[in-house]
Amino acid sequence: MASLTIRNLRKNYGSVEVLKGINLEAKTGEFIALVGPSGCGKSTLLAMTAGLESITQGEIWIGDRMVNSVAPKDRDIAMVFQSYALYPTMTVKENMAFGMESRNVPKPEQQAAIARVAALLQIEPLLNRKPGQLSGGQRQRVAMGRALVRDPALFLFDEPLSNLDAKLRVDMRTEIKKLHQRVGKTTIYVTHDQIEAMTLASRIAVMHKGEVQQFDEPEVIYNRPSNVFVAGFMGSPSMNFINGEITTANGTPAVSFPLVNGGTAMLQLQNGVAERATSRSVILGIRPEHLSRQSSATSERAGFATLSAPVEVVEPTGAETMAVLKFGQKEVVGRFSPDEAPKTGEDMPLAVDMTRACLFDPATERLI
Amino acid sequence: MADATLSSSPIIDHEASAASRRRMISRIVIYGLLTAFALFYIVPLLVVIVNSFRPLEEISANGLMSLPQSLHLSAWPQAWGEFCIGGQCAGMQRYFWNSIMMVVPATIISTALGAINGYVLSKWKFPGSEVIFGMMLLGVFMPGQIALLPWAFVLGQLELSNSVYGLILVHCIQGLSFTTLFCRNYFIGIPDDLVKAARIDGAGFWRIFYKIILPISPPILIVTVIWQFTGIWNEYLFGVVLNSGANQPITAALVALSMSGTTVRSYDVMSAAVLIGALPPLLVYFFGGKYFVRGLTQGAIK
Repeated sequence: MASLTIRNLRKNYGSVEVLKGINLEAKTGEFIALVGPSGCGKSTLLAMTAGLESITQGEIWIGDRMVNSVAPKDRDIAMVFQSYALYPTMTVKENMAFGMESRNVPKPEQQAAIARVAALLQIEPLLNRKPGQLSGGQRQRVAMGRALVRDPALFLFDEPLSNLDAKLRVDMRTEIKKLHQRVGKTTIYVTHDQIEAMTLASRIAVMHKGEVQQFDEPEVIYNRPSNVFVAGFMGSPSMNFINGEITTANGTPAVSFPLVNGGTAMLQLQNGVAERATSRSVILGIRPEHLSRQSSATSERAGFATLSAPVEVVEPTGAETMAVLKFGQKEVVGRFSPDEAPKTGEDMPLAVDMTRACLFDPATERLI
Repeated sequence: MADATLSSSPIIDHEASAASRRRMISRIVIYGLLTAFALFYIVPLLVVIVNSFRPLEEISANGLMSLPQSLHLSAWPQAWGEFCIGGQCAGMQRYFWNSIMMVVPATIISTALGAINGYVLSKWKFPGSEVIFGMMLLGVFMPGQIALLPWAFVLGQLELSNSVYGLILVHCIQGLSFTTLFCRNYFIGIPDDLVKAARIDGAGFWRIFYKIILPISPPILIVTVIWQFTGIWNEYLFGVVLNSGANQPITAALVALSMSGTTVRSYDVMSAAVLIGALPPLLVYFFGGKYFVRGLTQGAIK
């Protein structure tokens, strides 16, 4: 059974179309991440699911009930806000009890629910404090606690970690994942951070310009992005895009593009890829980690194509080293392990893992 | 060694000493001006206070602006209960209570309505709510005398002419623009997410107002109450035009007192009467003034 089904959902603000026919489905217990750049409509979609924004057209089903005209409080949802939205004049305990009081839950039951969640989130020592006396991470926990006491059918998170500093964000990300594994509730999680989406979600919906670009498992989104936008948005540093042409080299199809030294790179394609292309010109997408230093090991393995390119900038981060290389006029980022990292100015012999490369149609920008 | 390079004789920095001289001079100018203006404002009040304790003969002999020779308390009970105003010899007492009867309900009602208006216009916006707010704002800039005739007509129709209740109604409605503006501007600073979270938590319109909005609003409510209380208490035009005789508020009575047709001017009693009339707003400001400043400068909770 699906906990959340969204069918052909549309939203207009006046003449501006914010959502253009969204279709999504979350199975019970699933963790769905809505990810996209700001203005893509992901937060609007979440607010409509919560009932805080009206629906222009389409249907939202929670469980087996259409909730289009159901008030937020009757949708059996709980939401964690980016700003946490803790009631500033109430203690942590009162914050958590507020929703249950509104619903006339008996006092002993309220106490039991608060005790259970406080233990789960380890916020017992904070129960009698006001939100103003809490740190950012503690507020974040309390906001999740307030959502958890209700035991709803659906959890909605609206960029819950974006107000935390980088280190705390990573810790809380793990916490949320643990929490979801323990509680097992269907969760819709809005974020602009593709790493959060990749690490947390069981399925990711990548949104752009009011449309779902791709809705699939993280591995598929990362390895087989359905179009250039998804390929470029997911992954950091982003995928490199190189305009090339399909030709034949030594009897096998290859993609070719000019190099800085006047030569031409010929990267052999995998079987069957070239046949799917409708035109000779293509966009070749290579992730930074699929470039490596050419060695006897890489040249013997199948599926690796070789070329050499000058190194413009080297950026060591400790665990790995990024390098900006020139492929013709195009700057390309490579991710290397420190011991095979290039030097600035070096003409680096490279091996490209063509089994992982993606080809896109330049006209439609779709994956070939 | 670093210490060895330090000279033993004090170094005279001419730049620094000139700057400190300049700072000294500007300090003297600033404090001098502040003192002058403070005196300018405080002296009239002091004169009135002093004269309310001086016997009339002494005022006649030495003039209004002189130091008291003796302490004399009888002007106060006279002003309160005996002095003749407009043919009635019952002092300020009646008018004082008229004003209290008017100002307390009018302040409470106009503040409460302003808070509700502000809540709707900031947190429950609807198509056209900005237009309504804009129209209400016009009331802030509208001079009271424009509304005099309409009010006289309306109060006549409601049979509230020449009554304290009529003035309560007038002040509630005349004050609504200000109270709505104050509250709306404060509430707009309260994050919308709080209201959204409360809606998901199952709270309705009034529960959100009582439990979430009002508890964070004391600063602006205090500002509004002080503003309304002093404004309504000191209001003169409506009091003197719409009401007459024994139903006038204290401001109208003070003017009537100064025009009482006796040949002798009882400056001692008049001074006491003026102070009786000025006391409530002064007390309100005395006790609430610090909240007033705080409320005006402090935004809503983030």
